[in-house]
Amino acid sequence: MSDASSELAMLSNGQAMNQADVPILPFAAFEQAILDGVAARQRVSALFAAAAPQPGTTRLYVVLADDEQNLLFAGATEMAGDEFPSLTPRCPQVHLFEREIAEQFGLRPVGHPWFKPVRYCSSWTGRDAWSRPAQPPLLPGVGDFYRIGGEPIHEVAVGPVHAGVIEPGHFRFQCHGEQVFHLEIALGYQHRGVEEALIGGPTPRTLPYMETLSGDATVAHTTTYCQVIEALAGCQESARAQTLRGIALELERLANHVGDLGALAGDVGFLPTASYCGRLRGDFLNLTAQLCGSRFGRGLIRPGGVGFDVDAARIADLSRGLDAAAKDTAVAVNLLWNTQSAMARFEDAGPLPRAVAAELGIVGPAARASGLERDVRRDQPSGIYCFSHIPISICESGDVFARAYLRWLEIQHSIDFIRDQLRALPAGAARVPVNTLAPNSLVVALNEGWRGEVCHVALTDAQGRFARYKVVDPSFHNWAGLAYTLRDQEISDFPICNKSFNLSYCGHDL
Amino acid sequence: MIKVILARLQQKHRTMAYPAGAPPALPDRFRGAPMIATATCPAGCHACADACPTGALALNDPAHLDLGKCLFCPECANACPQHAITHSGNYQLAARRRQDLIVARDRQAVEVAGAALSDRLKKLLGRSLQLRQVSAGGCAACEADTNVLNTVGWDLSRFGIQFVASPRHADGLLVTGPVSKNMALALQKTYDAVSDPRLVIAVGACAISGGPYIDHAQVSNGVAAILPVDLYIPGCPPHPLTILDGLLRLTGRLADGPHHHTLPAP
Repeated sequence: MSDASSELAMLSNGQAMNQADVPILPFAAFEQAILDGVAARQRVSALFAAAAPQPGTTRLYVVLADDEQNLLFAGATEMAGDEFPSLTPRCPQVHLFEREIAEQFGLRPVGHPWFKPVRYCSSWTGRDAWSRPAQPPLLPGVGDFYRIGGEPIHEVAVGPVHAGVIEPGHFRFQCHGEQVFHLEIALGYQHRGVEEALIGGPTPRTLPYMETLSGDATVAHTTTYCQVIEALAGCQESARAQTLRGIALELERLANHVGDLGALAGDVGFLPTASYCGRLRGDFLNLTAQLCGSRFGRGLIRPGGVGFDVDAARIADLSRGLDAAAKDTAVAVNLLWNTQSAMARFEDAGPLPRAVAAELGIVGPAARASGLERDVRRDQPSGIYCFSHIPISICESGDVFARAYLRWLEIQHSIDFIRDQLRALPAGAARVPVNTLAPNSLVVALNEGWRGEVCHVALTDAQGRFARYKVVDPSFHNWAGLAYTLRDQEISDFPICNKSFNLSYCGHDL
Repeated sequence: MIKVILARLQQKHRTMAYPAGAPPALPDRFRGAPMIATATCPAGCHACADACPTGALALNDPAHLDLGKCLFCPECANACPQHAITHSGNYQLAARRRQDLIVARDRQAVEVAGAALSDRLKKLLGRSLQLRQVSAGGCAACEADTNVLNTVGWDLSRFGIQFVASPRHADGLLVTGPVSKNMALALQKTYDAVSDPRLVIAVGACAISGGPYIDHAQVSNGVAAILPVDLYIPGCPPHPLTILDGLLRLTGRLADGPHHHTLPAP
């Protein structure tokens, strides 16, 4: 254990602890523990507020991930007032967490360099951090944007309704001719109040909430939720269920990575790969549908295991389908790398330097494409990943090419992983019963979804109900990374920069 | 160039024969319209309604099912002590009228609904339907499986149906999501920019009823709260075939009429 986090409690991925064992630190010590942890190469996986037992007070919780030691650290602080000194100037990766705390609980991070709402919704406490009147209703994207003055500068505003069949968001570019000086992204259009609705659960609606936090990452979010429940109930899912979850998670990664390579090819006008990968993405989704009837894995991951088992015939079908899709994918994707005109568009576009990625707390393929070795499957493994290792892929250049090529490396590893798992599926129950949930506990569960780290933190009350359920989608960390990559780029490269991240709006807006 | 040609040969022709030929095979575990064999229900049992996340099954009459709220999840079937609930393979779910998605006891085995446009609109839009998609607060799965229709396998444009970048070029909107309060104005403005006659198609449980987010203060419980809806396509998300079937029946490319379901053997 490093000295840096000695003030915080140590725990591991998917392990429940008594809330009484989570240290409540004075604010200065809480702040210092975060700064020291980050200085010792830990990451802020979650920083959020929750109602404290004392009326009028709020608790801030932090979860730090120490990837090198496969450990998590948690701690809290209690605040009576309506403001706290912002950590963002000294620790940029908490910038959006602090804005979220302000928006949800009306606590102002004093000294935050860009203090704006996150989702344009009213606070849970009735206290507004911006002292806005209750009427008229808040409107997303309304307010000041970062602007650059001067005659030759023009502003380009895009969205919320985009040209394609995609989610809504607002993009504001400061341009000098074709060159982008700055991009600011305003989100919140997809806000549907999920975190607030999770309080008091679980209810019959909790699983559908988890399955739709980000529709294309259903398996990642639902697996993480089920690990939270299993930790609280003290139940252990079978090795068979863990393996089937891992297969589903890698199928989800395959479908999305293959789809993204097709979309990237389409955006530079290279239509062969675009059209082949568009179809192949569907083939991988259909493999998930063979498991559970839903292309998005709805109904598959359930507390205590999985909702659907497989027999020998289904395993054989899945293997055949995987082999066929893998073969076609290799042809479709290698065509892209062999096409110099496409590569010329990818290379050097939208660079995200390693140091910036580290400072912003970027996760997932975007971090690994910038040379940051972080992958929950290796660093904080749970389930099948504790027993079957999947090699971590790294690129160094941090540009669109790196983010694309990294996906190809991961596609190959995921295919090999699924093949291995299908060959040696352990025996056991697909699903075991789940007991009541432990009261007054805290659990952190992490998984490497296809976009990066999915983090769920649950706090239960005296009855074992959720007093707070925090969801951190990888997109929450990564949107700032996309904005950064546009600096000094041509605005015409925005589509490929955007696709190279392919972030979730709904996972961010919740 | 030779590599591109070889790859083209290797990838083969993939556009499906449907609707001239058979529809693409659906997985054996596909969950289409739920079928409830109510004859076996013990008096006072509402295990299925209790398990339903969205209240799609009426508590006092489990046979009363709202396909507009249904997430097509396995929970009701798993909860039923009599194993009386099965999901049929029926993917044809789209309907013109909201009330046609509510399948009452006496209608369960008879029909779901019709979807066809009036003759006048069919003449105007049947051979070329340009849609602007608006995503308004869901999880993006409906958008994903709508987008799939543009891939080579489905090739939506062979039916004259295309997604266009501007509402000014559109004959209607295809809306997904429960219509978050934060998207209501953008949706209204997009609709206002489409010239008459214009269609509104609500895709997915969210857009029809609010779906998993029914009665959240942050959403509008579906598109109909804001705009008149011409076609409802249930699902969470609807399978691409369900969406295509709805669009083809709407535009008269596929024969429309009562869709007969058969009850599973008790």
